[in-house]
Amino acid sequence: MITPTPRRIGAGLAKHGFLLLGAGVLAFPFYWMLTTSFKTLSEAASHPPTLWPTSWHPENWIEAWNFPHTLWVQAFANTLFIAAAVTIANVALAVLAGYAFARMSFRGRGVVFAVLLSTIFIPNEATLIPQFVMMSRRFLGWYDSYTAQIVPFFGSVFAVFLLRQFFLQIPRELQDAARIDGAGHLRFLWSVALPLVRPALITVALLQFLLSWNAFLWPLLVTSRPEIRPIQLMLLQFSTEAGSHYHLLMAGASFVILPTLVVYLIAQRYFIEGVARTGIRG
Amino acid sequence: MLFEHVEAYLFVLPALFFIGVFDILPGFFAFVMSLTRWGVIYERFAGLDNYAALLDPAGSRFGEFVNSLGVTVWYVLLTVPVEMVISLVAAFVLYQGTVGRGAYRTLYFMPYITSLVAAATIFEWIFDGNVGFLNYVVGFFGIGAQEWLREPRGIFELIGSGLGIAVPGAVAGPSLALLSVSIFTTWHFIGYQTVIFLAGLTTISKEYYEAARIDGASERQILTKITLPLLSPVIFFVGVIATIGAMRSFSQIYILTNGGPLDTTRTVPMLIFRTFFERTSANGIGLGAALSFIFVVIIIAITLFQFRVLGRKVFVE
Repeated sequence: MITPTPRRIGAGLAKHGFLLLGAGVLAFPFYWMLTTSFKTLSEAASHPPTLWPTSWHPENWIEAWNFPHTLWVQAFANTLFIAAAVTIANVALAVLAGYAFARMSFRGRGVVFAVLLSTIFIPNEATLIPQFVMMSRRFLGWYDSYTAQIVPFFGSVFAVFLLRQFFLQIPRELQDAARIDGAGHLRFLWSVALPLVRPALITVALLQFLLSWNAFLWPLLVTSRPEIRPIQLMLLQFSTEAGSHYHLLMAGASFVILPTLVVYLIAQRYFIEGVARTGIRG
Repeated sequence: MLFEHVEAYLFVLPALFFIGVFDILPGFFAFVMSLTRWGVIYERFAGLDNYAALLDPAGSRFGEFVNSLGVTVWYVLLTVPVEMVISLVAAFVLYQGTVGRGAYRTLYFMPYITSLVAAATIFEWIFDGNVGFLNYVVGFFGIGAQEWLREPRGIFELIGSGLGIAVPGAVAGPSLALLSVSIFTTWHFIGYQTVIFLAGLTTISKEYYEAARIDGASERQILTKITLPLLSPVIFFVGVIATIGAMRSFSQIYILTNGGPLDTTRTVPMLIFRTFFERTSANGIGLGAALSFIFVVIIIAITLFQFRVLGRKVFVE
C-alpha cells in the first residue's frame, strides 16, 4: 500500500494535468467539427465563438449530403468497393506468402524474403511518377479506372511480414501431427493455422481497409472522372464548392471521419497492437 | 521434395508478382526516366542533362531546389523534436500505471487513424484568419488575429514586430504558414509515437526496477540510468522514422497551403509534384524523376548519418 503523501498527490495531479491537457488538445478538433456542423452559419462565424451550439440544426447534415454537384453515395460506394477488393486480395495473397516463408522450406527462401523486406526502403517519391506512367495508355491503359485504384495494392510487404511472424509462432508439433494425418499444406493452413492467427488477420485487414479508406494522393493522380473517385477526393471537391460554409464543411468532414472512428473505437486493440508490433507509419 | 519446392513457389508467387510489378519495377524505371527528356510524350534519351539542370548553381531550378530543401529542414525541426518530447513524456506517465491508461491511449491514437484530408479540413477552419478558433485562443494572450495558413512572414519576424523589434530578413525564420502546418502534423502523429514508446517501455523487464529500488536508487537515477538507456533503441527508431516521414510529407501540405504563401511551405515533395505536373508540356517527367532521385539520395544519406552518429549512442542489451 502506497501512502498518499502531499508530494505524491502533487505528482499525481501534475501527471493527470498533463494527460488531460494533451487529451483535450488532441480531441478538440473532433469536438469542434461536430459542434460546428450543427450550428447556423452565422453562429459558426460569430466572434467570440460559442463552445456549445445555442440551437441545433441537424438539417445541416442533409444540406451537406444533398449539396449540388456532390456524389456522396457514389463516392461511398466506390470507396467501399475499392477498399473491400484491395483488402480481400491483399490478405489472401499475404496469408499464402506469409505461410510459405514461415512454414515451408524452398530454395532461395532467405534471399527472396530479404529482397522483399528491402522494398520497404524504396521511398514513395521515387516510384510515384513511374507508377503513374505505368497507368497511361502507352503501358497498362488503366488511367481513370477502378482497376488502377485496386490492383497495384494487391501485394503488401507489411502484411506478408506481419503474418509470417505469427505463423512462425505455431508449434512445429501441430504441423507434424497434421502431416501424419495426411493433411497437406493447404489443408493445414486452412483448418489449423488460420484460426490460430485470427488476431493478426483482423489487424492486417483493418489496417489495410483504413489505408484504402484514407487513400488520397494516388486516386488524385490516376482518376479524373468524379463518378469513380473515392470519398477523400469527394470531400476535397466539396470543400472547394462549399467554400466558407464552414458548418456544412464540418458536416462533410464528419461523413468521412465518423465511419472510421466508430470502427476504430470498436476494434482499437487491433489497430494499436498492429502498429505497436510493426512500427509502420503511414 | 521437388513438389514441396514447387508448391512453396506457388504460395509466394502471387504476392511477389504484384510487389515486383508495382513496387520494385517502378524503382528501376524511375532511374531510367530521370535520364530522359520526357514531358507529355517521350522525346529522347538525355543522359545526365536533368541532373545537370537541377544541380547547376547558376540555373533557376537550383534556387528552387535549395529553397525547398531549406523549407523541408525547417519542417523537420518544427515537428520531430516536439512530437518526440511530448509523446515520450506521455508514454512515461501512462506507463506508471495511471488510472484510465487505456482510455488515454485510445484517445491519443485517434488523430492518427483520421484521414489527412478530413482532419486538414477541420484545421483549415480552426486556422481561419478571421473567426478561426485559434485566433480566439491567442486573443487571450493579447495576440492579434493571424492569417495562420496564409502568412508568409517568418515567425521570428512576427514575434519581433510584436515586441517592437525589427528582425532582419536573414533570420526571419520559417513562415507562420509552415508553423501552422507543423502544428497539424504534430497533432496527427503524436499518438503514433506514444503507442510505440509505450510498447517499448512495457518490454523493459520489471526486475531491473526492483533491483534498482532494493539498491536504494532514486526515481531520477532509475529514469536516467535504466529506463532511458534501455529505451534508447526505440527512441532512435522513432526518431529516424519520424524524420523520414516528415521529409516525405505531402498530403497535409498540399491540402492546407498547396506550397504557398510565396512558396514558404513548398517542401521537396511539393516541388517534385509541381515539377511533374505543371510543366508536363516541357520535360516534367524527366526532371521530376531526377529530382525525386536526388531527394531519395539525400534521405538515405541523412538516415545513414543518423545511424552512424546517433546509432552508436544507442544502448543494446
